[in-house]
Amino acid sequence: MRVRRLSGIAAAAVLALGLAACGGGSGTEVDSEASFPAGTTMAKLNDAGKITIGTKFDQPLFGLRGPSGKPEGFDVEIGKIIAAKLGIPEDKIEWKETVSANREPFIQKGEVDLVIATYTINDERKQKIDFAGPYYEAGQTIMVLDKNTDIKGPDDLAGKKVCSVEGSTPAENIRTNYPKAELVPTDAYSNCLEPLRSGQVDAMTTDNVILSGFVDQNEGEFKLVGKPFTKEPYGIGLKKGDDKFRKFVNDTLKASEDDGSWKKAWEETAGKVLPTPTPPAIDNY
Amino acid sequence: MDVVVENLPLFLEGFWTTLRLAVFSGALALVLGTLLGACRVSPIPPLRGLGTVYVELARNTPLTVVFFFVVFVTPQLGLRLPFFPSAVIALTIYTAAFVCEAVRSGINSVGVGQAEAARSIGLSFNQSLRNVILPQAVRTVVPPLINIFIALTKNTSVAGGFFVAELFNVGRRLTNGHATAVTPILIGVAVFYLLITVPSGLLAGRLERKVAIAR
Amino acid sequence: MSSVLYDEPGPRTRRRILIGTIIGGALVAVIVGAILYRLSSQGMFEARRWDVFADPQVWQFLGNGLLATLQAAAVAAVFAVILGLLFAVWRMSESPALRMTATFIIELFRGLPVLLLMFFTLIVFGLESYWAVVAGLAIYNAAIIGEILRAGILSLPRGQTEAAYAIGLTHTQTLLMILLPQAIRRMMPSLVSQLVVLLKDSSLGYIVGYLELLRSVQNLRDFFGNRYLFSVFFVAAGIYITVNFALSRLAVYFERRGSKKTPAGVAAGLDEDGAAPAA
Repeated sequence: MRVRRLSGIAAAAVLALGLAACGGGSGTEVDSEASFPAGTTMAKLNDAGKITIGTKFDQPLFGLRGPSGKPEGFDVEIGKIIAAKLGIPEDKIEWKETVSANREPFIQKGEVDLVIATYTINDERKQKIDFAGPYYEAGQTIMVLDKNTDIKGPDDLAGKKVCSVEGSTPAENIRTNYPKAELVPTDAYSNCLEPLRSGQVDAMTTDNVILSGFVDQNEGEFKLVGKPFTKEPYGIGLKKGDDKFRKFVNDTLKASEDDGSWKKAWEETAGKVLPTPTPPAIDNY
Repeated sequence: MDVVVENLPLFLEGFWTTLRLAVFSGALALVLGTLLGACRVSPIPPLRGLGTVYVELARNTPLTVVFFFVVFVTPQLGLRLPFFPSAVIALTIYTAAFVCEAVRSGINSVGVGQAEAARSIGLSFNQSLRNVILPQAVRTVVPPLINIFIALTKNTSVAGGFFVAELFNVGRRLTNGHATAVTPILIGVAVFYLLITVPSGLLAGRLERKVAIAR
Repeated sequence: MSSVLYDEPGPRTRRRILIGTIIGGALVAVIVGAILYRLSSQGMFEARRWDVFADPQVWQFLGNGLLATLQAAAVAAVFAVILGLLFAVWRMSESPALRMTATFIIELFRGLPVLLLMFFTLIVFGLESYWAVVAGLAIYNAAIIGEILRAGILSLPRGQTEAAYAIGLTHTQTLLMILLPQAIRRMMPSLVSQLVVLLKDSSLGYIVGYLELLRSVQNLRDFFGNRYLFSVFFVAAGIYITVNFALSRLAVYFERRGSKKTPAGVAAGLDEDGAAPAA
């Protein structure tokens, strides 16, 4: 789409507003000499000189579209690192918005080359697509109003209304493991905020990192309660069976963890609110 | 098709919610729309103005925008309601404008000769309205009103995007859990909608023909 | 007609109307005042809720949202009209089997929520949200437009068809060359009104993830924070109303023009046959 024409002033505007998500990401150097064995996805993308990556556009800290039209966040930075290794500069990346519900079809139909969208690796999804990574491990937790005292963990959710996003793993987790909680599904996490404020729902649940973004954005209004009660390893979705491409992405991730670009990407985005974690071990299954 | 059968209770629950949304908002919109219609033909200018402004605003605002307003914006104004009533309000606000227009054009559709005849045999304003104009207006208004109700039924699906677990919402939820059976699930949802819309459509068509012949 | 219903108001009725006007005016003033009071007491007019609009990028972003809305609606409208013509001809074809399939398909699409059609294209065909919006709008509105055109054709006097047959045109030729052009003209107001509906329904893109105007509002809220929700929404709603209002006026214009021209135009000759136009 044509929204993303102007990008220059974006970063300045973002900083001026004191928001966590930030453009940045100039640290990754494009590998202009990159060459790959013929016939691989890498060679194809390298030849084309562009790549299409699906990400969330409504997730503070990970992938949030700014008024410039471009998404910003940690997922976006990871995408830039991978593109750079393929010899593709960041202005040749086409970002496509994926919502939780359409990530698998997008990969299967080849609408996108990669999906980097706070995308939890799990076996059900692995039947349809493959995952590189994980490049980050989140955990599901709960956010309530700052003044709330009766919800301290997932077990206190029984009989309470809990907002989450349809199609996301946290929502499914509540349905299966905490059936007494009343799940209120919506399609964007930000939609949960107003009902939470006005008491139409009692809590909101998803991965800790996403919730931290909201706590940060709405100073003093919300808080996280309890320890993360699941493990959500974020992976990079790609076409099923493309093992060479998967290995390449895994190697790129590993290299970025070793050479400090992973850390830099984190610190420029989610790291503004969250402590820098140790990256999880990559699972090259 | 197994998914649909397995989740039939969910479907029925969604269908029930859809029905309730349609019936509640339909009834409220009928009342509000008729009042507004009365405003629009009344001899009192401010009321006419009110009716006109309302209809122009509500008809030219997308339903999704009305929902967004009721669900996300009004809580900021200190008006807080649970999701289901919010949806009913949004649907009512939107549908009332169409009801109002149907009522108004129904009244206008009665030939001038009818009113003249009524007046000339000495009926008063109230008498001619009650005994001559309205009975004829109702006949012409009913088919468009049924069509408005059909549109309303389809429009209830928008509530699914705003926290209400009606049919569309149920369908969307199930497609997430059963990625391999997406098509049967959505067909299932479609069938439930058609259960309401097709019979209503046939009814409207029949009534329309009846009215047309009576003329 | 209302003037026929009651006599020219006498002094008493005029006074009553005057009192009614005052009460009604007061009522309207109270409603407007209450809304304004509510807004101001909740701080909706404070500068800190409106200062985002100093940033030209915000305007640009909303402008792009509007463009996306118009683009999806325009593309869908073109497809809807083409498909609608096809549906109309198909449903009026001579073969009963063809007619029945057409009826089935039209009734199916007409009876389903647009949102469901969009979602179907999004999930089952795995299309991008833009195409899901366009396809959903096009299919649904094609069915409606097909029916509008058919109603237009049916409302034409029989003499048209008979004359066409008499000069040796086939059924299809009659439909395409004689009946449809007249039906399109006659149904122009309804067609334009339907396009307003189509434009409004493009906002369902909000739910299926297409960045149109309403979703742009949501996006700006996510980015700048909830404080700006009211102001951004207010502006966007204003844009929607203005655009739709303009298009609705166009429908009214066609209606006026149509009703003025019909007696002088084609239909005038028809009336002489004694066939009353059934509008």
